[in-house]
Amino acid sequence: MPDSILVIVEQREGKLNRVSWETLSAGQALAAETGWTLEAAVVGSGVANLANEIAGKKVAKVYAIESPKLEPYTPDAFTAGLKPFLQSKQPSLVLMPHTYQVRDFVPKLATAMQRSAISDCVGYKKEGDKLSFTRQMFQGKLAADVSFTCGPPWFVTFQNGAFRGDKVEPGASAAPLEILSVEIADDVTRNRPQEVFKEAKQAVDLTQAEIIVSVGRGIKEQKNIELAKQLAEALGGELAASRPICDSGWLPMDRQIGSSGQTVAPKLYLALGISGAIQHIVGMKGARTIIAINKDSEAPIFEIADYAVVGNLFDIVPPLIEEVKKAKAGA
Amino acid sequence: MKILVCMKQVPQKDAPLKLNEAATWIREDVSYEVNEPDAFALEEALRQKEKHGGEVVVITAGPARAQQVLREALAKGADRAVHLEDNAFVRLDASNTARAFAAAIKEETFDLIFTGLQSDDYGYAQTGVVLAELLGWPHATIIMQIEKTDSGIKVKRELEAGYFQFVEMPLPAVLTIQSGINKLRYATLIGIKQAKNKPLRKVALADVQSALAANMQTIERLYIPQKTKNTEFLEGAPGEVAKRLVEKLRNEVRVL
Repeated sequence: MPDSILVIVEQREGKLNRVSWETLSAGQALAAETGWTLEAAVVGSGVANLANEIAGKKVAKVYAIESPKLEPYTPDAFTAGLKPFLQSKQPSLVLMPHTYQVRDFVPKLATAMQRSAISDCVGYKKEGDKLSFTRQMFQGKLAADVSFTCGPPWFVTFQNGAFRGDKVEPGASAAPLEILSVEIADDVTRNRPQEVFKEAKQAVDLTQAEIIVSVGRGIKEQKNIELAKQLAEALGGELAASRPICDSGWLPMDRQIGSSGQTVAPKLYLALGISGAIQHIVGMKGARTIIAINKDSEAPIFEIADYAVVGNLFDIVPPLIEEVKKAKAGA
Repeated sequence: MKILVCMKQVPQKDAPLKLNEAATWIREDVSYEVNEPDAFALEEALRQKEKHGGEVVVITAGPARAQQVLREALAKGADRAVHLEDNAFVRLDASNTARAFAAAIKEETFDLIFTGLQSDDYGYAQTGVVLAELLGWPHATIIMQIEKTDSGIKVKRELEAGYFQFVEMPLPAVLTIQSGINKLRYATLIGIKQAKNKPLRKVALADVQSALAANMQTIERLYIPQKTKNTEFLEGAPGEVAKRLVEKLRNEVRVL
């Protein structure tokens, strides 16, 4: 069987998760470099129309893996639905976006097939015949090129934003579509999920803010957030925070930026006392300009900052507020 | 409720990391601490025990230094500890780590197994899910709340962008716990004293070797990430830096 790459896209309630285009883009890049065939699959119930959407892109074939038992998502059903498909198709590479849902089932699926997954990759390298996948380690301080030492199928998940969804190539013509109905026995699914819901009444939509002043653990105490608030007000921007600040209740959950909060791409992102852990970075690396103030010169946030200040934010922010006010007053 | 908490010792968050000679791992002469999500997992287990009774057992796989994580857990209120002690455990992939845990707890019957949702060093987020599959148990990940029900448990699963989902599950089950699910307690002096007398079972690599397989992946190289951004560092006295930042905000960023 010739080598193939299978991209498993993600859908939630009948809509393609946008990040799937990034994974397809990664698949196209890998297919171009390896010469392997690129195929895609969507998993769910009544997802043929989504498969059609994918078939419009440059891909050799699209599969819709169908069963009423696949909606809503459960790890048991997804593993039961995908395992026989993968065993018969035998793709070399299985690519998925590193979403919360994929994290929930890919290690299970890989283990069920006595295989392994390299998660949360930001890229890949092809050196001769050898493929390795690049991922961040130690909260972004170091990078690792990881390769498989077992046989295929090789499971790889890609981090949000690692590839450009808008770079996905359209197909010259619609790819052939195959709908596969899978049998999943009644006793397979052990979890009973309820409706997905949003908790915080979102008072602020940070995705619409042009300027964001964000605080991390470096702010030290709740009362110090007032300083960041003043800077945000002086700049005419919104206040945001990394997860630990919201977990402590110092700011409401709708101010959280990161993989479990909001993803933003403002004109200016000012990070105060934020180390730059991966879970935070994925939520803001798309900002046009990033300014970081942190007293740790090794903080990973400095990898993505346009302007960096290694220093104590409590020394820097007060004069900064003054200078901003002066500038706004036309001084 | 008999709960097992799988814990990992990782380099301290602000520890300066240096590559080893082969550039395939870090030099181990750094300070270590408990993986933060695992601390939340332990705290959750202790709260469940306080609510429903039972036992909390903690397990870790790592060198002698990893015992510290177990001692701290016992001091906080865990009842027993299991230490899979060997330097070799550091380099096992998630699949093998899960296999080692499964082998070490073969004789026990837990209702729940918790892990942190991921480790701060590798960040794979796999060990708990792999363990569930090896044991044949249901699982759920990134959990923010756990309630006991008549038929098992009801958990609150975190999804992206502020969404959540409740899931009902039977027991036994594996859960990976999200940071911030609760507030961590401190060990008391009495707790630290009592910890000295709590059982700590050591398991050698040889005891679980037959359950392990070859690693299915390997780190070819570890390196300092290549910078793709041209970061401009602004130095000087705070007043100076503030002025220069405003210059940038006005002329380059154009928000003033």
